[in-house]
Amino acid sequence: MTTTLQAGAPHPRPTRPSASDLNKESSACDHCGLPVPDGRSRFCCAGCEVAYETIHGAGLENYYSVRQRLATKRRAASGAGKRYAAYDSDAFQRRYASPAADGLRAIDLRLEGVHCAACVWLVERLPKIAPGVVDARLMLGAARARVVWDPQATSLSAVAQSLDRLGYAPHPARDRAARDARSRSERRRLVDMAIAGALAGNNMLVAIGLYAGAAEGIEPRFENLFRWLSLAIGWLSIAWPGRVFFRGAAAALRARTANLDLPIALALLVGAVAGTANVVMGRGEVYFDSLSVLVFLLLVGRFIQLRQQRWAEDSVGLMLSMTPDECRVVRGDRVEDESVDALDIGDVVEVRAGDLFPADGVVTTGRSAVDRSILTGESRPVPVGPGAEVCAGAQNLASTLRLEVSAVGDDTRLGRLVRLVEDGVAAKPPIVQFADRVAGWFVSVVAVLAAVNLAWWASRGPLSGAIDSTVALLIVACPCALGLATPLTMAIAIGRGAKRGMLIKSAAVLERLADVSPDKPGRLLIDKTGTLTTGRLRVEGWAGDRQVQPWVAAVEAQSSHPVAAALVRVFGPAEQRDGYEVSDRVERHGFGVTAATPLGRMMVGSPRFAEEAGVEVGGEIAGAIRLGRRRGLTVALVAIEGRAVGVAWLGDDLHPDAREHLATLGEAGWRAEILSGDTPDAVRHTAAAVGLNEEAGVGGAAPEEKLQRVRAAEQTPQAGPVMMVGDGVNDAAALAAADIGVAVQGGAEASLAAADVYLTEPGVGKLVELVRLGQATMRVARRNLAISLAYNLVAVTLAAAGWIGPLAAAILMPISSLTVLASAVRFSGDGAAQAEAARVPKNQSD
Amino acid sequence: MSVVFVMAPLALLLAAVAVAGFVWAARDGQFEDVDTPPQRVLLDDDPDRAE
Repeated sequence: MTTTLQAGAPHPRPTRPSASDLNKESSACDHCGLPVPDGRSRFCCAGCEVAYETIHGAGLENYYSVRQRLATKRRAASGAGKRYAAYDSDAFQRRYASPAADGLRAIDLRLEGVHCAACVWLVERLPKIAPGVVDARLMLGAARARVVWDPQATSLSAVAQSLDRLGYAPHPARDRAARDARSRSERRRLVDMAIAGALAGNNMLVAIGLYAGAAEGIEPRFENLFRWLSLAIGWLSIAWPGRVFFRGAAAALRARTANLDLPIALALLVGAVAGTANVVMGRGEVYFDSLSVLVFLLLVGRFIQLRQQRWAEDSVGLMLSMTPDECRVVRGDRVEDESVDALDIGDVVEVRAGDLFPADGVVTTGRSAVDRSILTGESRPVPVGPGAEVCAGAQNLASTLRLEVSAVGDDTRLGRLVRLVEDGVAAKPPIVQFADRVAGWFVSVVAVLAAVNLAWWASRGPLSGAIDSTVALLIVACPCALGLATPLTMAIAIGRGAKRGMLIKSAAVLERLADVSPDKPGRLLIDKTGTLTTGRLRVEGWAGDRQVQPWVAAVEAQSSHPVAAALVRVFGPAEQRDGYEVSDRVERHGFGVTAATPLGRMMVGSPRFAEEAGVEVGGEIAGAIRLGRRRGLTVALVAIEGRAVGVAWLGDDLHPDAREHLATLGEAGWRAEILSGDTPDAVRHTAAAVGLNEEAGVGGAAPEEKLQRVRAAEQTPQAGPVMMVGDGVNDAAALAAADIGVAVQGGAEASLAAADVYLTEPGVGKLVELVRLGQATMRVARRNLAISLAYNLVAVTLAAAGWIGPLAAAILMPISSLTVLASAVRFSGDGAAQAEAARVPKNQSD
Repeated sequence: MSVVFVMAPLALLLAAVAVAGFVWAARDGQFEDVDTPPQRVLLDDDPDRAE
């Protein structure tokens, strides 16, 4: 039971917030740990209160103490405490801010930690909190705030600091241009859909008049009026919102391929021409009501699918950039915060421990260890000293470094990698959608049937009868159910995926996933660090004297090196008050630590460090070092008074169940290989640990090589789909090039942008679910195709036999659409049950 | 001349006005964010009034 709980005590209901309370020191929400907007209540929002009461009511109070112990989630929601000085620089303002009316300026910011309605309330109160801010609007879904401020009254850095203090660390929105373009196209689609809907509705009203007239009798002049009205509305539908189908069909013809737009455009055109002829000649059916409805329904299906995909992209967009926005530049004898955009070659920047390098450069002063895993995939920190080269995006782990900048922005290694990613996305062959693949032979079959029908009836009777029958055939053959059902099925699948932590940016990926079966294997290339392993070091074994273990923890306690952290986790805690007194501690970054202990002068470090220090290594210890190295492990040596007493083996911590999940994927037909930038030994060892052949582990692969391997795998003759799974910038180019690129949680922005799917859980567990989702989706899509084709087949046969009039066709069409729709919607029901079944065997502890 | 000849085009004209309204709203960006406004309605407009 924790102090935050005050269990049993009735807690006050949240009261109405007031402005004056904002300036008070705010208390933490009892549920989520965020600042409570009004400072008086115990919760930040109604959702938190309900959750708190539910958790309490169910007797699950331990949830809070567990979370308290882990403490990671709470910290993520607090501000970064930065000064945001770079936000005032001209370079920054030119790039991200824009002028607004009346001499004001506006900027789009992406905020961390936004998740409920209280956040909207709080952020939009910004004008009251930060003087000089004129307006603040938050979009909850995308966690983007548009802030308008008066540059005369305040500075952008002050605005950013206010937001940070509220717990929402701001970042400039970098994807504004792409986002604007997407909004424009979505607005256009929305308008098209609305116009199509209005036209379809009105045309149906006119049609009711005509059908009622046909049944009850109608004066010819009224009938004529309605027919001409129907014609006008119908042509408007086809020429305005319906133009997308003709454009798509024309593109397909130019590319000499087929897509679903082709048969749709054909049916629209034939119907419109035949209808016009009938209206002008005053005989036969007008088809325009059916055509208007058809255009509307097809646009609805497409719009829903795109909206879902966009939603997934937005959610991925919440991730933050891997290069810092600002850096500390040494100007003379002062260190100033500046925007990264203002940085130039030859500048000297200071990078503190824990910070990311803003640019490529050469270390001038300081010694430290650098985590380059984001670039190389290598999990072990690399020691650096003066003269060493470092890359933008890498993290400085141990102590402050100064470096002279040698490349900035797009010219850094990171920048070049991002460009490779962009090229990869551009060069990726588009996946031919399922419905479009079907459309090819669909068109040919219909064309042949129509020609045969025309010839047959023309040889037996008057030409006008033959034409009537052929027109009816062409209209009932329009794959309307298929065109509507496929996007809807995909939209439902994307929604289901999102609910279960899989954000799918392109529905076509689901089709690719279902292409793989044990008879038709696909290649699965997996990155090691961060995907199969947690990227954190773990002590795997110890050889030597166990008595010294607590002393190792005591000596390493103050070091921030990952090896030290792993040793302390296992051998610690060894506090001074427990008698573990350590003095005269000297750390050489990247090599090791020495300190005075009651046992004598103790050294913990790499074997190379020990060798330099002249440590005497006995036979047993030397054997342990060799064995550890052969197994691809990191080795830490412990020596007392120049004599080695123990060896710790450290390995990358494997995700639980990785072996089991890979086996499941293997049964489904995926041939797994590990593709990592880590040392070949370590990769081989991991391959064996997850149950793969040792040859399936490729180590030492640079980003460029990963890309090449993916390309090579795709170009192998008769190759199935190639899926690449990774998390780092070093995987991004390969992710973009692969048939299916999957980024896993904790990944860098570049990899998220490049991937088709983003899994919100670390490890490969979600991969199994993703593959299952793909299979389930395609099952439903095929079922819908079968229903739709069966309908078309029956209708075409009837039309060819002359038993079906255009009126019957107009009635049959919506029935087939409804059947397929019902089938698509039922998919979400099926899925819920399946997901439940899939979840049961897994442990659900948080 | 029947009233239908006037009413039918008039009805279509009304529909056109409604569509024009929707087009304006879409171009204005009112359908960009459909998550936040429903939340915003539930929040107090002006916290000063609570005093």
